[in-house]
Amino acid sequence: MLNIGEDMNKFAKLLVIIFMFLNINNDSFAQNIDELLAALPSAKFSEKEVLVSKLGDLKTETSIKVLKSLEKGTLYFLRSSKKVIYADKTEEGYILTDILTSEIIGKVKKKKIKRISLNNKLRKFTRTIIAKSSLLSQKPHIRIHSAKVIFGSRSVELLPIINEALKKETNDKVKKQIEMTQARLWLLTEDKKLQEQSLDYFSNNTDPKVQSVINEFIQNLDTEKNDSNLLMYNKAISVVKKIESDIKFFKLIENLFFGLSLGSILFLASVGLAITFGVMGVINLAHGEMIMIGAYTTYVTQLAFPNLIEYSLMISLPFAFIVAGLVGIIIERGVIRYLYGRPLETLLATFGISLILQQLVRSIFSPINRPVITPNWMSGMFEIHPALSLSYGRLYIIIFSITVFVALLAILSKTHVGIQIRAVMQNRSMARAMGIKTGWIDSMTFGLGSGIAGIAGVALSQITNVGPNLGQNYIIDCFMVVVFGGVGNLWGTLTGAFLIGIGNKFLEPFSGAVLAKIITLIFVILFIQKRPRGMFALKGRASEINQ
Amino acid sequence: MMRSNFLSNLLKGDLRAKIFIYLLIFAGVIVPLLNLYTPEDNFLHLTDYHVALFGKYLTYGLLALSLDLIWGYCGILSLGHGAFFALGGYCMGMHLMREIGVRGVYGDPILPDFMVFLNWSELPLAWYGFDHLGYALFMVIFVPAFLAFVFGWFAFKSRVTGVYFSIITQAMTFALMLAFFQNDLGFGGNNGLTDFKDIMGFSLQDTTTKIFLFCSSVVALGLGFIVSNKFIKSHAGIVTTAVRDQEDRVRFLGYRVEYYKLSAFVVSAALAGVAGALYVPQVGIINPGEFAPLKSIEVVVWVALGGRGTLYGAIIGGILVNLAKSFFTVNFPEIWLFFLGGLFVLVTIFLPRGVIGLFADLIKYFKSKKLKTNE
Repeated sequence: MLNIGEDMNKFAKLLVIIFMFLNINNDSFAQNIDELLAALPSAKFSEKEVLVSKLGDLKTETSIKVLKSLEKGTLYFLRSSKKVIYADKTEEGYILTDILTSEIIGKVKKKKIKRISLNNKLRKFTRTIIAKSSLLSQKPHIRIHSAKVIFGSRSVELLPIINEALKKETNDKVKKQIEMTQARLWLLTEDKKLQEQSLDYFSNNTDPKVQSVINEFIQNLDTEKNDSNLLMYNKAISVVKKIESDIKFFKLIENLFFGLSLGSILFLASVGLAITFGVMGVINLAHGEMIMIGAYTTYVTQLAFPNLIEYSLMISLPFAFIVAGLVGIIIERGVIRYLYGRPLETLLATFGISLILQQLVRSIFSPINRPVITPNWMSGMFEIHPALSLSYGRLYIIIFSITVFVALLAILSKTHVGIQIRAVMQNRSMARAMGIKTGWIDSMTFGLGSGIAGIAGVALSQITNVGPNLGQNYIIDCFMVVVFGGVGNLWGTLTGAFLIGIGNKFLEPFSGAVLAKIITLIFVILFIQKRPRGMFALKGRASEINQ
Repeated sequence: MMRSNFLSNLLKGDLRAKIFIYLLIFAGVIVPLLNLYTPEDNFLHLTDYHVALFGKYLTYGLLALSLDLIWGYCGILSLGHGAFFALGGYCMGMHLMREIGVRGVYGDPILPDFMVFLNWSELPLAWYGFDHLGYALFMVIFVPAFLAFVFGWFAFKSRVTGVYFSIITQAMTFALMLAFFQNDLGFGGNNGLTDFKDIMGFSLQDTTTKIFLFCSSVVALGLGFIVSNKFIKSHAGIVTTAVRDQEDRVRFLGYRVEYYKLSAFVVSAALAGVAGALYVPQVGIINPGEFAPLKSIEVVVWVALGGRGTLYGAIIGGILVNLAKSFFTVNFPEIWLFFLGGLFVLVTIFLPRGVIGLFADLIKYFKSKKLKTNE
């Protein structure tokens, strides 16, 4: 009998559990939350405690939000209908928001509503419930967020909840965050063993956020220094030092990464110039405007295909190449070919063209910067370590610029046109004697260089403002890179761009952005005095041509 | 008559140069007369604003002259001449700032307003001595010349030529612009130097002061022209011109090419500095925008349009383009950049010798036609 009774008991429990399960799954939790909310206005403090813990058991976003609002004191009910709502105080009255639909219902005077009040004990209880409820919530991001909040809250009393949550946690990412919070709370307890455990944990899992926590711990130890905690003290100090050196190391990596990404931007922007300058000895001051044209092409593409924003950059690449390349060929055929052998005059004429193109863009698109949308896959961060996260956008730009570099190398060394381009670069009259149509090659080169500038514009549209001055802002940097790297040498341009980019980013923390730029400029000016032909100068007979 | 003989001696039968000087003297006399002695409703009347405006054009003319000296006669294209102009302007601006004294908004007898605003307690070392006009005038010439000397010394010694030189001069002015935009440098940052009150005790708003500044510009331009003319006719000038045409050959003949280039560059920078110093009191402001690479390149087009390698041509180009600029930016601001850009392209392709070259060709053409008809 007894056995049967126990079994019956178990069976009954099972039934209850199944029933609860059905209840939740039956989409009736809304009703459930409705019932709880309906009970709130008239509940006494003791009843409220039950209601709060029941709300906590729901573990949904809505219920957590209600609890938070209750704790903050922004949960009210309407005196007339006893309906519970959120109310935000403004100067003209209270703005009411519906709890279930999150829609703004209206604005009322204070008289119409009444706050659902809490006493201190209840408030503390609510806080615990919020923590518990969100730590056990079904959505991982809520759990992570909650663990982060508790990390910053110094609430030792939540330690049991954290321990419990940690046992149940299955998601590795969330687990890590909860572990960190646990270690942080250990540090706040009086238990020496737990504190030691905590320090051990932090020395293996360095995170910049922990630094201040441990520093504070050290300060507390300082005030009551004795032999027993000397060991602990030294340990804490060593942890802080470890964190500091880790941060320094990651800062270095981050700077390197920023430098690389700036370098690849510079490379993309200047490689087209390197080609035209190298092959034709032509200073193209309108090069910046080719970049601008590429950026505006991206803008127009996004306008033309509003449904394909995610793919807009891929679509823009060929368009930008073609548009900028065509403009380049027109400039070459229309103006530059009359000025060969007069580099200074070419410089002036192309500057004139750049002014015209800028004004053209200003007249067509207005002088205001145009918004270019960043696709989702370009935004966001890529976390390697708590102290080091890199943005996807920069990462893709680095990869993209290297792709462009490899493609250009392939074009110049494998294709027929590329070989002809190099022949003209090395010895124009000999190439002509061998039957290469140098005029046509010039056009192709100029088109290629401008097209690549257009492609650079697509990349730049993601990181700077797309406006008429876009090109002007980059042209001087481009020249610095080309001249520094050595004219007519792709490897030189690549090295030059990355050296300038990295150098700039390493100077910035000490000198500020502007001074870093000035120092880089002065460095390049001095470098040119030492090596007037740049780092990788063409040697032998080829070097005689371009001057 | 005394003056005329003196001029004839100086210019040695160079008819066009003489005509130019007489025109300049004429302008120096007629503009003040039209301002002072014509009734205000007369259409010939020139307001104070116009006097200052013409004064500004003359300083631009001097700037163009200074660039022509090295580009037209030495083959060095500087894309950073605006920097020397602006440095001269800043030296003058600093003197004018010091002259404001207690009349500034904050009434500090020593510190200019922007320093009080930035909570500075002491005058930066670079500002010492600028309360004396003489010192300021010396610095107007010295600072640009010194910069040009250092810059040119390194560049010419290591034989940086052609487009490379142009690009590094552009980088120089760009770097200076970035630096002057910084508040910490102590030259007023973004806003530059402005709100000047008077010069040598005379209010800058007075008609007589404006006329005085205009006449100073005339004299400076005339002197600059004569000095440059003298220079290019001298032995050193002829060598410099030879450097322009065949640098290697001159070097093989045993000349130290870099010294000729350097002296031309330094003289040119000093002239640009003087132009800047006269520009500032007439315009009433100097800010880092003057260092912008665009401004420097604009100067190049003045010279190219007027006629590279003819001193008066460069001056005329500077004045003409700026007249056009005043006209377009007031009446058709949209078109101004199209016009300027078009000028760059058309002048380089179709008028390699500028307006002056075009006139010379036309005169030649008509003369030959006349000869033919006479035959």
